[in-house]
Order: sequence, then C-alpha cells, then structure tokens
Amino acid sequence: MFDFSIVTQWFHALLLSFLPEGVAVFLECVIIGLFLLLLYALLACALIFMERKVCAAYQCRLGPNRVGPWGIFQVFADVLKMLTKEIIEIRHADRLLYNLAPYIVVVASVLAFSCLPINKGMEILDFHVGVFFMMAASSIGVVGILLAGWSSNNKYSLIGAMRSGAQMISYELSIGLSIMTVVMLTDTMQFSQIVERQADCWFIFKGHIPALIAFVIYLIAGNAETNRGPFDLPEAESELTAGYHTEYSGMHFGLFYVAEFVNMFIVAGMAATIFLGGWMPFHIPGLDGFNAVMDYIPGFVWFFAKAFFVVFLLMWIKWTFPRLRVDQILHLEWKYLVPIGLVNMLLMAVIVVFNWHF
Amino acid sequence: MNISLQFLVFLFMALVMVVFSILTVTTRRILRAATYLLIVLFCTAGIYFQLDYSFLGSVQLLIYAGGITVLYVFSILLTSAQGDRADRLPAGKFFAGFCATLAGLALCLFITLKHRFLMPQPIAGELDVKQIGFTLLSGDKYGYVLPFEAISLLLLACIVGGILIARKR
Repeated sequence: MFDFSIVTQWFHALLLSFLPEGVAVFLECVIIGLFLLLLYALLACALIFMERKVCAAYQCRLGPNRVGPWGIFQVFADVLKMLTKEIIEIRHADRLLYNLAPYIVVVASVLAFSCLPINKGMEILDFHVGVFFMMAASSIGVVGILLAGWSSNNKYSLIGAMRSGAQMISYELSIGLSIMTVVMLTDTMQFSQIVERQADCWFIFKGHIPALIAFVIYLIAGNAETNRGPFDLPEAESELTAGYHTEYSGMHFGLFYVAEFVNMFIVAGMAATIFLGGWMPFHIPGLDGFNAVMDYIPGFVWFFAKAFFVVFLLMWIKWTFPRLRVDQILHLEWKYLVPIGLVNMLLMAVIVVFNWHF
Repeated sequence: MNISLQFLVFLFMALVMVVFSILTVTTRRILRAATYLLIVLFCTAGIYFQLDYSFLGSVQLLIYAGGITVLYVFSILLTSAQGDRADRLPAGKFFAGFCATLAGLALCLFITLKHRFLMPQPIAGELDVKQIGFTLLSGDKYGYVLPFEAISLLLLACIVGGILIARKR
C-alpha cells in the first residue's frame, strides 16, 4: 500500500530546511485547512450532482443534462448563482445569531469531516479517541440548527428546528450504540488503528451477526441524523415550507445545503471506515495472490468507492420510502432501535468474550 | 524573546474565553448568552486539546458543548419569545455581583500565585484511552471506581426524578 505520510514528512522536512518550526507548522496547518475546505466543497458538488441523478433514475427521469456532458456543470452553475444572490436581512430578528447559525453547522461538519482517514498516512485528525471525538464534533451541529430556527422569527422555522433537535438528539443514541458495538470488537477508538485491524477481514464479516445488525441500525440512524430520507420532516415542504432554513437566502442557505450533503458523506465515510474497512483493500485470508492484486488499487480509491456505495444506499432509502410522522420517528428510535442496539451490544460482548468472531 | 506557536494559540484562546465569558454575563438576551457560553466551552476544549489530553477535550465537546448547551437552547426555545430581554440590574445588585467577582478573582490569583507547583513530568504524546479506562474502573489505590459508581447512582436518580416530573398523573 502507498503510504501518504512519506509525502507529508518530505514536505515537513522541506519547510524546516528554510523556516523555523513554529512558522512551518503554522504554514502546514493553513495548507491542510485549505485542502480540507476545497475537498469539502468539491465533495458537496459531487454529492449534489449524484443526488439529482439518482433521484431522477428512481423517478424515471433523466435529471440535469443540459450544462456540459451529462449535465456535470449544472451544480457549478448553481453554486455560482448561489454565491451571487443577495443575503436578505430580516427585520425583528436577532441578526447576530441569525448570521452565526450556518457557520456553527458548517464548523461542526468540517470538524467531523477532518476525522475521516482517506488513505494510509492521510489522516488529518487522528486522536486516540478518534471515534469519540467525531461523535462529539458532529453533535454540535444541532446547536446551529436550533439557533437558525429560533433567530429566524418564523413559526415554521421554529417548529422545524424543534423537530430537528428532537430527532438528532434521539438518533445520536443509536449511532453511538452501533459504533460502540464495533469498538468492542476492535478494542481501539483510533481511526488509523481501526482500519489497520481490518487488514485480514473487514469488521462487517469479522463480527458477522451483531456487526450486520449494527450496520443496519447505523444506516437508519445516520439517515435520521442528517435530516434526510424518510426522516426529513424538519424540512417537510408540505407542512413547514423549508423548516429551519426557510428564512435563509443566498450563500447562508447554501451553507446549510452543503453541510447537509457533506454530513451525509460523513455518515457514509464513517460507515465505510468502521464497518467496511476504510481504505483497506478487500482481503481474503489465505489467498495471497488475490490480496496482492487488491493492494495495487490505491487506498483512497477504496475509501471513496466504499463511501459512495454507502451514499448510494442512503439515497436509495431516501427516494424509496415516504416521509414518517414525528411520533413514528420517535417511536422507531426509542421503542425499537435503542433496545435492539442494547441487546446487540450484549450479543457482541458475548461473542468477543467467547472469541466467536473471525 | 522567544514566542512559540503554542503560546500564541493559547493566548488567542484565553483572550476569546475571557471576552466571551464577560459577554455571557453582561448580555441581556438569554439565547445570546447561551451562544457565547458555547464559544467559551469550545475554547476550553481547545485548551485541553493543546495539552494533548484529547479525551477530556472530546468529553468537553460532547457533554458541555453538544449536550448541556443544546439542553439550554432547547429550554430557551420552549420558554422565551423573540425579543425578550432581561431587565437591567439594579445598581445594588450590580455592585454586589461585581464585588463577589473581584473577591473570587483575588482568591484565584492568591492561590495560583502562592502555590508552589511541582515540576510537571509530561508524557510525550496523548494519554492512552486504555489507561484512562483502567484507572476509572480500578478499585486499587488511585482508582476511581467509587466516584464512578456514585455518579452513575446520581444519574439514575436524575432519570427517575425526570420521569416522575414528566408523568401525566
């Protein structure tokens, strides 16, 4: 496997040769931040395009096909349009919070995004408590949504924010439980270590039954966490116009929109990392020739392929199922997913203790 | 004078913390106070990360920034309307609060400056989570199993109390 840390170490040494260490580190931080934001924006564009095409396929349409070949420049045109639109200031609202809210949402999702290990040696934030930190970072986004709903001075926004808050706080529990199930199998929370331990076999195969149950729970809860799919009632058009971002216009609306799509990618990337092996190629224990061939495919290709596969699963769910009601969503979480998650964790504990996993 | 990047980052976070702490208690709009508090908690977590104690930093983010603040904001959304403002403090109350703050500051400064700190023996890199976990659940000397269990009892009491209050009958 190609180790990306060779490149970063070479670059660090290059900078150190003519700069003091503090300045070099600062410069590296700035460059990494720029790369991160660029990747963030490009991924959002790719996801929006994919969403339109997938949605069109499920509704027997063609989707965007006028701007560029297969309409691939449509999203960039939309981004330019969004950037040039006026940001409307509304009266009788708390301006400061109204303007701050989209940035809180984006900061939370950038923090969570920077935890994903893309390639070997290409982790930006790789703490010992990586999984825990990622959940902590993504839990901040709900503050931004609540603030947006309240400061818009609009009852639809407020109701949307309330629904979104209740839903995200509830479903965080299921996400935590299903991730914890896998952490029990790995006995580490560091992302690079989690990926390393899947060198012989991915966790979804290693942990067989409980890992599979955890994966399904994770997909359902992840969909709810990003306010998408059958759980998109915080922004249900027919009831609430657009939910918590009704009053937002221009790039402030764009930030919410982008954050929503990248949050979906984060959920998918997380699923790919902890269940499907992250950048680790598909290895079958015993077949050394096959494994060697698989190693020729670079890690980031594996990572993005798996992540986009999970994104496709999430979109499939979204465009297939009708929207749920609020009480149904909360019932599903508290009466079904949380108990199943707890029992599943117990099952995983038994399997780990008796060494019944592969 | 040699100013390191670490020191500059600390200075920045400390400044933000001080400014937003003062804003938290002086603003008259309650939701703004909650937002400023969120920023203060962010910077506290940042300082923990700077000290290479990422576990405590993550806990700070998850429990305080992501948990407690959300709870505050949620309850504010349910109880206060747009445009609500707190009344101005009467001069007497303001003066009393100011005096109490000064006394607290004096006490903190006295203890910090007077205390003879032992030379720290920093461990390179992050603290291993495994070590934290074993210490938290060990019953030996310097083990924390008793406070851990006591806190879980407290949380259980809170949950039961919450159900009792929220029950319809």
